[in-house]
Amino acid sequence: MREVAIVGAGMTRFGELWDSSLRDLFVEAASAALQSAGADHLDSIYVGNMAGGQFVGQEHIGPLCADHFGMAGVAATRVESACASGGAALRAAYLEVASGASDLVLAAGIEKMNDGADVTEVLATASDQETEVYHGITFPGLYAMIARAHMTAFGTTEEDMSWVSVKNHRHGAMNPNAQFRREVTVDEVMASSIVAEPLRLLHCSPVTDGGAAVLLCPLSEAKKYTDRPVKILGSGMATGTLALADRANPAVLDSVQLAAERACKEAGVGPGDIDVAEVHDCFSIAEICCIEAIGLVDRGQGGSAARSGMTALGGKVPINTSGGLKSKGHPVGTTGVAQAIEIFEQLRGDAGDRQVRDARTGLTQNMGGSGASSVVHIFERGF
Amino acid sequence: MPSPRYTREIPNRYRLEAARCKGCDKLVFPARRVCPGCRGTEFETTELSRSGKVVTSTVIHVPPTDFLREAPYAMAIVETPEGARLMAQVVDCDPSSVLPGMEVALEFRLLRREGLSGILCYGHKGVPVT
Amino acid sequence: MAGIVGYGAYIPRNRIKSEEIARQWGKDPAVIRRGLLLEEKSVPGFDEDTITISVAAGRSAIERAGIDPTRIGALYIGSESHPYAVKPSGTVVAEALGTGPEIHIADFEFACKAGTEAMFVALGLVESERVEYAVGIGADTSQGAPDDALEFSASAGGAAFIFGRENLLVDVVDTYCYSTDTADFWRREGEFYPRHGGRFTGEPAYFKHVLSSARGMLEKSGLKPSDFRHAVFHMPNGKFPQAAGKTLGFTKEQIETGWLVPFMGNTYSGSSPTGLAAVLDIADPGDLILLTSFGSGAGSDSFVLKATDLLPERRDRAPTVQSMLQGPRRYLTYGEYVKYREKLIVND
Repeated sequence: MREVAIVGAGMTRFGELWDSSLRDLFVEAASAALQSAGADHLDSIYVGNMAGGQFVGQEHIGPLCADHFGMAGVAATRVESACASGGAALRAAYLEVASGASDLVLAAGIEKMNDGADVTEVLATASDQETEVYHGITFPGLYAMIARAHMTAFGTTEEDMSWVSVKNHRHGAMNPNAQFRREVTVDEVMASSIVAEPLRLLHCSPVTDGGAAVLLCPLSEAKKYTDRPVKILGSGMATGTLALADRANPAVLDSVQLAAERACKEAGVGPGDIDVAEVHDCFSIAEICCIEAIGLVDRGQGGSAARSGMTALGGKVPINTSGGLKSKGHPVGTTGVAQAIEIFEQLRGDAGDRQVRDARTGLTQNMGGSGASSVVHIFERGF
Repeated sequence: MPSPRYTREIPNRYRLEAARCKGCDKLVFPARRVCPGCRGTEFETTELSRSGKVVTSTVIHVPPTDFLREAPYAMAIVETPEGARLMAQVVDCDPSSVLPGMEVALEFRLLRREGLSGILCYGHKGVPVT
Repeated sequence: MAGIVGYGAYIPRNRIKSEEIARQWGKDPAVIRRGLLLEEKSVPGFDEDTITISVAAGRSAIERAGIDPTRIGALYIGSESHPYAVKPSGTVVAEALGTGPEIHIADFEFACKAGTEAMFVALGLVESERVEYAVGIGADTSQGAPDDALEFSASAGGAAFIFGRENLLVDVVDTYCYSTDTADFWRREGEFYPRHGGRFTGEPAYFKHVLSSARGMLEKSGLKPSDFRHAVFHMPNGKFPQAAGKTLGFTKEQIETGWLVPFMGNTYSGSSPTGLAAVLDIADPGDLILLTSFGSGAGSDSFVLKATDLLPERRDRAPTVQSMLQGPRRYLTYGEYVKYREKLIVND
């Protein structure tokens, strides 16, 4: 397999984008990505999108995107893995370039959540329809159960979870593309309305529209597009049980652990080598569980990481300098690609006020449903 | 919930019918065609006890549209004495009292209505044992 | 000889007090309590209906009978609040109880008499030996219109009886039925609440049919009120069954055990069947029991029953009526009651 690099990136602002339709989100992100690399063609396109059919009645998203980008004819495929669709699209693009099948591939993620659909119902389709949704569970409900299991097993507190939101908002306040660019206090988080006990509104990522795209090519050709490419060192994907009731331990995200192990193995690095990471904080508790599963902290110790500053900018391993899903926003199918963009910018030194000093190696971890799928990528400065 | 899908699920929803793998003895609920333990495909039908213990739980305050009138309601992962785990609402009690360790009985209830004109969907919910 | 081989009852855990309803409509609670002898009534949860009540009662009946449900050859449910206008309640209950598919199922309706109707037909089928076991269930979650007398009494609950020919818990000694066309209480297709003829529901309806049926039963069986240990009458409110019992010559003690209405309300097709279940929960072997139902429209079914030696052995296998009436329960405000009973208009 050839070595693969990211040579360009582009994204829309994240938020309630009333003037942008689903296809607009792709065009804006893709244009910015190609422009940043000075590219004028594509060999193929992968688009991560969780629920275009349910949110806006649109399936067949591959051709939709190619066509409206003026590239009808180019191979284009929609990739779906619930909220890990973006990461899965990135992985597919990576493998297509690595295999030698294509030389210039766009990995994009798009999601239009604010066009009037019942978001709670749509997101619940990432869980088990027959055994979970049927009984009245919601997405926040599933993570609330994970939180309670984690609190019972490891003593994690509501305050621990709240510190994750505080940290990510502090980061997001410095991100011009973030949906929420203001800080929050622990007290504000703990006083916000209850969504599903023990999760409150400010423990939950928002409903967001957004598009993001990265351009991939073989490392050997990267200088055609940029003198500061970022290498993809490893890609790992794993599934877990779909239903939370079938998980061996509801507080442990097996799929994340497996995906991280696979990515690390291919990359030839360990969790200790990671300088900066974007982790899937769809709910504050998810960040706590994910950093444990990735191996950045020991099992059960994730609760104190945000509170102690370990995972804040300036700490031992800054997590979610973009603001994370919580503050930057979570257009579900887009997130995996947006995570890659943050690491791309960090490793190139382009992260402005959010810059982690001497960041050489980064990690993104994207997750679907209540942990039924996860995609992990590891990146390294390619210059 | 279109009728064919609903009708197929009746054995597990109405009678808590589960399957025990003949290859590795793993209990699967609801029944499946391939055993998640050993990938075997031969099973014995069995019914779960109508009781269990709460493993983890939450109280839903922001419900899906179909459950608007019932919110807030408690939901739990319940483990039956045989070791099967299932997701269920827990009712007829203060929702905040539903916590890990609570013993529940599983009762037959109306789980959802498909609007004003669709079918009625039944299943089991937990009720605290006192 | 055929009889009851298993029985069970179910009463939902929510309640509302007459007081709470009276206050809503500016009525004096004391007057209601005195006039109707109603303290509180059961309210079904938003997730409960005639089908779920029938399953709960049916499961208890099977526990007490100790039979393999696949040997049940017929299942009948009588109700005036079947969840579907077209599609049987019986098929859902039959599948949930593990009976069938070789089973005869029918839903019955005859206002409050539909329960004993189901029981009567189940009995007949077993006596004819066409089936080995047959189930008759009476269950309801009836509605009472706001600011109407029936709002104080219309409640939810039911009981199930399995009939067979062996290992009887209760012998059925005899039956007597009495029906005429009397429009005292009705509900037209598409209407949400029933209507009634006010005082016409008393003498010409309830009392004419209950008294004719009970007297007809006594005459046919050659028995006198003093031969009975217990008597259960349909209970639209506290007063009517007491008055009927007194007129027939029964004492307060004989009626007491089955007189559940002050704390349960009128469970319509479940009313006298649940009263019977309460009697069976404590009856001694050899006790004679009179059961006389009433359904508007109008008619009354009477049964003479006799408890056997086997009854005390089996009844602890499932919850008693008193354990449900006095057990864990929650008192609702009128607002919660209205929400559960779908009297609130919400966007679909």
